[in-house]
Amino acid sequence: MASKFTRSNGTGWLMAGPAAFLIFCFVILPFIAAIGLSFTNQRLVSPNPTEFTGLANYSQLLGMGMLHLDPVKDDAGNLVLDDAGQPKLPELRSFTRHNKDYPGIDGMRELFSFASGEGRTYVLARDVVFMKAILNTFIFVIVVAPLQGGLALCLALLINQRLRGINVFRAIYFMPVVVSIVVVSLLWRFIYDGQSGLLNNLLGALSFGTLPRIDWLGNASTALGAIIAMSVWQAVGFHMVIWLSGLQTISPTLYEAAAIEGASKWQTFRYITWPGLRNTAVLVLVVITMQAFGLFSQIDVMTKGGPLDSTQTIVFQAIQRGYGKQDISGGSAISVILFVIVLSVSLIQRWLTREKV
Amino acid sequence: MKSFNTLAGAMLASTLFAGAALAQTELTMWYHGAGNDNEMKLVNEMLDEFNASQPDWKVVITAFPQAAYNDSVVAGALAGTLPDIIDIDGPILPNWAWSGYIQPLKIDESLIKDYLPGPKGVWNGKLYGIGMWDAAISLVTRQSYLDELKLRKPTLDQPWTADEFQAALDAAKNSGKFEYALDLGTAWTGEWYPYAFSPLLQSFGGDLIDRTTYSTAEGALNGDAAMAWGKWWQHLFTDGYAQATQDPAERDSGFATGKYAFSWNGNWAALGALKAFDDVLFLPAPNFGAGSKIGAASWQLSISASSKHPDGANAFINFALQPKNLARFSKGLGLIPATAAAAELTDNYKVGGPLNVFFDLSNRQGVLRPVTPGYPVMAKIFEKAASDIAHGADVAATLDAAVDEINADIEKNKGYAAQ
Repeated sequence: MASKFTRSNGTGWLMAGPAAFLIFCFVILPFIAAIGLSFTNQRLVSPNPTEFTGLANYSQLLGMGMLHLDPVKDDAGNLVLDDAGQPKLPELRSFTRHNKDYPGIDGMRELFSFASGEGRTYVLARDVVFMKAILNTFIFVIVVAPLQGGLALCLALLINQRLRGINVFRAIYFMPVVVSIVVVSLLWRFIYDGQSGLLNNLLGALSFGTLPRIDWLGNASTALGAIIAMSVWQAVGFHMVIWLSGLQTISPTLYEAAAIEGASKWQTFRYITWPGLRNTAVLVLVVITMQAFGLFSQIDVMTKGGPLDSTQTIVFQAIQRGYGKQDISGGSAISVILFVIVLSVSLIQRWLTREKV
Repeated sequence: MKSFNTLAGAMLASTLFAGAALAQTELTMWYHGAGNDNEMKLVNEMLDEFNASQPDWKVVITAFPQAAYNDSVVAGALAGTLPDIIDIDGPILPNWAWSGYIQPLKIDESLIKDYLPGPKGVWNGKLYGIGMWDAAISLVTRQSYLDELKLRKPTLDQPWTADEFQAALDAAKNSGKFEYALDLGTAWTGEWYPYAFSPLLQSFGGDLIDRTTYSTAEGALNGDAAMAWGKWWQHLFTDGYAQATQDPAERDSGFATGKYAFSWNGNWAALGALKAFDDVLFLPAPNFGAGSKIGAASWQLSISASSKHPDGANAFINFALQPKNLARFSKGLGLIPATAAAAELTDNYKVGGPLNVFFDLSNRQGVLRPVTPGYPVMAKIFEKAASDIAHGADVAATLDAAVDEINADIEKNKGYAAQ
């Protein structure tokens, strides 16, 4: 298995050395420390000594439970109705708080519930906020990865032409990537503003004032969507450039041959361009996925995880806990969970996009 | 020739001066005001006067932006590079005292005998920090609004009751003159929430934690009083009296442009309100049952535990507490001077001054945020709970979750017991 990489290659290592050293110091070392800390009760600020607590942080984060509640019946065995005329259920709170008969679900909260039989079945979580963070992060990844990759490809195809002034367009599409994400987020906060935001004014003008003004970031049903749209716009230029570099590696002779054979535009794309972009596609997909899992800055600047946890994400929770709530061990456990998630997803992607012999 | 003499004289003088300065022992100080030129100018003036006033000590200051200040101190403490003197935000003080970052002060009792209660940073029976000023919140409105809405003007002795406050909000809302009846400042995330809104909870009879033991939030933050607060708080937003999500620009200029009838705002914004209208009133907090309450405590001076020259640092802090220094910051920054004597030295806060009411508010209604090392975590948890309830979350479930989180944190820290 001796390759050029493993054989003595002094110059190569010398060049990679500084970067490798920094990555080791600031990425690998802290990560190993995080794995260790996640099994302790380490605080950010505390005079108490650190203690080993085993898997307590993980069970706190990932603990789940189920509870089925039947409607309340009066002495005659009839259903008691609540104010809205629905069968009244006992208070969930009376089961999950200090109820000695249900020690397993003590301190848990409702994640979601569904009607079953006469009553309702509740799915409970020990840390509802973290569960929502996981869910939101997955939604973000699942929407952003194809959308951003596809849009970037369209843009790359558009600007991969020999036209006068095409560089102006390239620069325009690439510009949001160069601007700091914090600045972009601040600007988009103004755009999404519920009262006098650009988006509301634009929609108002287009609909002659018939559309109501929407507080995009202050509304639990629109906040995550608003952040997704803004994130896609911000990073699409970066992936456009990667696609572009892929497009330019495809030999022009293939296109000439296709033209001579009389291939349509679609056939040219389907049988020359797309196969030629295979490796680029894998790269773009993996990079977008990894970046999407790390969603943080937009959340921190625009919504802080609100409203009603509709924009909580895994990384935001890790920092919120580790730093804001001074719970380094809890934040570390979240980082480790995120690492396992990203690793699994990447491995699955790699397996799906492997070279099929 | 004359100019040469002047030059030589100046050089000689500067050499002598430098010589004198060298004999002084250097004290380092960190301060949170970087980026605020006005504030830094005042701090530097005071430092220069202190350095020139005695031969032993010379304070050298490093300023940090406020947003990064606490992180810098924590990082400095972990790395063992804290300066002699640090300034510290009042409610965090117990946390840093408990962590062993700071040491008790030795202050001339006569200087702080008549102090407002807010600026004294006491934890575990010892004075760890002392502030030169306090801040206070009032319900800002205009006399003309009260006349128009036919409302009684509340006083410190007779603040509005919960019903009167509700009637005032209804009158403002039904008048149709305002976009929203009440401006709570929900645009200001962070410490504003516990500072401005937890006193409302306390006025209902609830609290962030049971202050008799400081070991559990059960019953304090999810008892009947807290539930009543939560329902009231939620109705402000769901019934359209206030905005759960607010544009920061509206927070800054909304009251001055007539968008809001009432604004829940601090003394630091009072001068702006006075400039906008000539009939501005600063009303006391309504009494929701357990008395009118507003938040107390602001930035305070303290000495790091690792300081090699605590005597010098104490000398500086004693110097800083003189009435003329308290008045200096009040005049320059609009803050409430920590003593009545210093207040008399300022135009705004002296008896009869336009902001004098804040001095009384701070004195009569000011309540410290829970004095416990667990406060910084509690503050974050309360902020999220208040914001979630404002956005329509179930009150009981949200407060229960907040209680559980606070209690879990206390347990993780072994009750935050003093070491």
